[in-house]
Amino acid sequence: MDGPTTDVIQGTLDMLILKTLSLEPMHGFGIARRIEQVSRGVFKVNPGSLLTAFQRLERDGLIDAEWRQTDNSRRARFYRLSRAGRKRLEAETADWTRRAAAVARLLKSEG
Amino acid sequence: MPLWRRLTRGIRVLVRPNVADAELADELQHYVEQATEAHVARGLPDDEARRLARMEIGNVTIVREQVRSGAWEDVIVTALADLRYAARGLRAAPGFTAITVLTLAIGIGGTAAIFSAVKPVLFEPLPYPHPDRVAMILELRNDGGRNSGTFGLYRAFAERSRSFEAVAVFKPWQPTVTGDDQPERFEGQRVSAGYFRSLGVAPMVGRDFEPSDDRFHGPNVVILSDGLWRRRFAADPAIVGREITLDDALYTIVGVMPGGFDNVLAPSASVWAPLQYDPSLPAQGREWGHHLRTVGRLRAGVRMDQAAGEIDTIGRTVLNERRPVTYDPATRFTVLSLHAELTRGVRPALLAMLAAVALVLVIACVNVTNLVLARGVHRRGEFALRAALGAGRGRLIRQLLTESLLMAVMGGVVGLGVAVAGVRALVALSPPGLPRAGAITVDATTLAFGLGLTTLIGLAFGVVPALQAAGSDPQQELQHGSPRTAGRHRRTRSLLVIAEVAIALVLLVSSGLLLRSLERLFAVPAGFDAAELLTMQVTVGHRFESNDATHRFFDAALEAVRRVPGVASAGFTSQLPLSGDRDEYGAQFEAGPSRPAATFSSFRYAVSPDYIETVRVPLRSGRLFDPHDGPGSPLVALISESLAMNRFEGDDPIGQRVTIGPAGPYTIVGVVGDVKQMSLALNDSDAVYTPAAQWRFADRVRSLVVRARGNAAALAPAVRQAIWSVDKDQPIQRVATFDDLLAASAAERRFALLIFETFALAALVLATAGLYGVLSGAVAERTREIGVRAALGASRRSILALVVRQGMTLTGIGVVAGLAAAAAASQTLVTLLFGVSRLDPITYVGVTTLLAAASAVACAVPAWRAARVDPAITLRAE
Repeated sequence: MDGPTTDVIQGTLDMLILKTLSLEPMHGFGIARRIEQVSRGVFKVNPGSLLTAFQRLERDGLIDAEWRQTDNSRRARFYRLSRAGRKRLEAETADWTRRAAAVARLLKSEG
Repeated sequence: MPLWRRLTRGIRVLVRPNVADAELADELQHYVEQATEAHVARGLPDDEARRLARMEIGNVTIVREQVRSGAWEDVIVTALADLRYAARGLRAAPGFTAITVLTLAIGIGGTAAIFSAVKPVLFEPLPYPHPDRVAMILELRNDGGRNSGTFGLYRAFAERSRSFEAVAVFKPWQPTVTGDDQPERFEGQRVSAGYFRSLGVAPMVGRDFEPSDDRFHGPNVVILSDGLWRRRFAADPAIVGREITLDDALYTIVGVMPGGFDNVLAPSASVWAPLQYDPSLPAQGREWGHHLRTVGRLRAGVRMDQAAGEIDTIGRTVLNERRPVTYDPATRFTVLSLHAELTRGVRPALLAMLAAVALVLVIACVNVTNLVLARGVHRRGEFALRAALGAGRGRLIRQLLTESLLMAVMGGVVGLGVAVAGVRALVALSPPGLPRAGAITVDATTLAFGLGLTTLIGLAFGVVPALQAAGSDPQQELQHGSPRTAGRHRRTRSLLVIAEVAIALVLLVSSGLLLRSLERLFAVPAGFDAAELLTMQVTVGHRFESNDATHRFFDAALEAVRRVPGVASAGFTSQLPLSGDRDEYGAQFEAGPSRPAATFSSFRYAVSPDYIETVRVPLRSGRLFDPHDGPGSPLVALISESLAMNRFEGDDPIGQRVTIGPAGPYTIVGVVGDVKQMSLALNDSDAVYTPAAQWRFADRVRSLVVRARGNAAALAPAVRQAIWSVDKDQPIQRVATFDDLLAASAAERRFALLIFETFALAALVLATAGLYGVLSGAVAERTREIGVRAALGASRRSILALVVRQGMTLTGIGVVAGLAAAAAASQTLVTLLFGVSRLDPITYVGVTTLLAAASAVACAVPAWRAARVDPAITLRAE
């Protein structure tokens, strides 16, 4: 892996999970791995935080969970983005982009 | 929607914790497998892949904890776990739990019960509008005693006073109702028209009395109580205008008082009728007789002392103008709030009880503190271990709080039971004189206060070990398997035990003094022979129009009673000693050669000729009555020894003349012994006796006194039948033996004694338990030291002495402090004591001995345990 890994920025884990699930339903380890891969190893997700986030998002109605058989006939819990989750993802993405752009501008002008 | 989801998911976890747990474990397991597979896919060997995956994920239990703690229901889950753990802990220490809960229950329940009983009497305003304006008008004699009021003075107050909005007089009335149902005697009052206005309560149905009702030979009208209206008239809404036969006369019902009306001046009264005295105030009539009580309502803004000044002026003016013979010219008049007047008699007793229960509460708090501290010391190891295993300070405190609260709740529940039972017992046992007994209910505020106080104490001291465990180094604590550092705690607890012993001694001394008073009181001679005397009250209705008919009935009844087998002798009297009867007249003596005319307030007994022999009042000089002292013969009277001494100061009273109220003059033919009329404790023995046939009117209510051969109580049915054989319509009441009356006359003191005995016993038990707790704790802590001593050759006897000395030192210090405190506290009991000094040495020595004996028992058990310590075992355990 290149460079140091960091914990996911406080408050962004939910957004990353929602984004990952917007492509297809996935189980817990899949989501963790996807976040690591796409961030190129910058973000490392700890399973305690991840499962806690699943529980929170599920209870908030942003994702749905169901038990499914996997290819090797093992029972796994799959998560899927709900309609409310998709809306929340759009809102958060827009919000994040706006902030990130603002921060980037500030950093640039400073430099 | 999200809220709903959150709720249902949480509830699912709470309801089926195992399923939720299994799912979480399953998901984690799957995660581990997937991670392992990913590593294998990268070419790692199986076990290396698994190790790496495990390392990435970390402690599975902690992950599970983390996920669980993210949900709201986790608060409930841990609270339940704490509760379960606390319950298990308390179950594991049943002795500690039982003593603590019981201590809490006694403290909380006792306080609540006593305060509940005392509050309506002492602290609550009377249940009338502007209760502070309701006042009694009182007549004070020269010697500081009180006289009952007269109608004559009431008229003057009502006409001339500017301070009062309404003034009223009243007297007891016990009419007999006849008609469809069985004859029944009601408690009631004869009142002047302003009675209800003085109290500020109006009838709920119908109307109040008007001045037009309360005139000489006025209409027969009555007002009923709500209770009587419901019981006898089925709450008939059209009650006004119906008639009721009272004392053989028809009365029209004009009103019904509201259900909540608490008639504090005569709590059991259920009918009221106007007084209807003669306003022209004939000098020889009942209008100037001292037999009424006077109540009034002050105008707004008038102070008690202003009213008292005005009333005194009016009273003295009238006495100067009219010079009524029934009044001593030196009589003064004053005003006292109704509340103060009602509580006057019972206040000292109730305040003393309040103080007693407060002391019990203090002991209970001290005991709980002691117990919890003692347990805390033993549990320091446990807390250190839990802290070492990763329990945070907050978690430990929460656990302990749960435990304390659980104990407090148990104590509170049992305490509530104690309070309810206590209040019931108090009401049932309360002396008849206790005002407002009907308003006594368990007081929720006090219950909450007691619960709160003891809980706070439990919490405060329960948390101490947790704080210590969290603050100190667990390693060091764990090494101290048997604590060596308990010295500071032991000192605190020793001080607490000393306090307990001292307080217990105060309560023991108080109840000891009351017990001795009661003994002394029963040793006071009543003035007659009370053994095997049966009494009952017989009332004749107004059907006996003439005095002759009344006399004939009573004579015939007496004849019939005498024929009953087992009756040795029998007699009638117009008032019965120690029964609550109070019938006083002024005994007026004419001026003699050596002394001026004077009037003495005296009890008047109109008796059948053999009454005095039946009750065995001793004859001091002269003769008793005989059957010849009838209506036609010269008027004769007997006077009591005290009256003879007060008036004649040793000279022979035989042959002197006395006028009794409106009747006389009578010639004194004999002097008899003094009899206690109102109470064994009072020296009010001035009395005059006249033959019933020579009194001005025939008393319609008389008490029959029967001297039995053998068991007096068993004679009651036969005697009653004998009276009914003469006339079956006459109500017979208050059937009692004289021993019952004697007991009842001491009811108030007995009641106070009972309460103090209960509390003193509770205090003794709690203090002994506290002492035992501290000593056995100390022995447990010092087991090793004792073992070393034994190994070094200390004898069992010396080890025994070591522990006993420690216990008895604590007791000794407590006793010294307690004796001083008790001597000071006994000041508050003085009014309840009789014939015994508040510093009575026998009491102090007696209760100190009792306490010392109890302490010795409390010391003996731990000392015995210490003496049996096997040095080999203790030393090996090190």
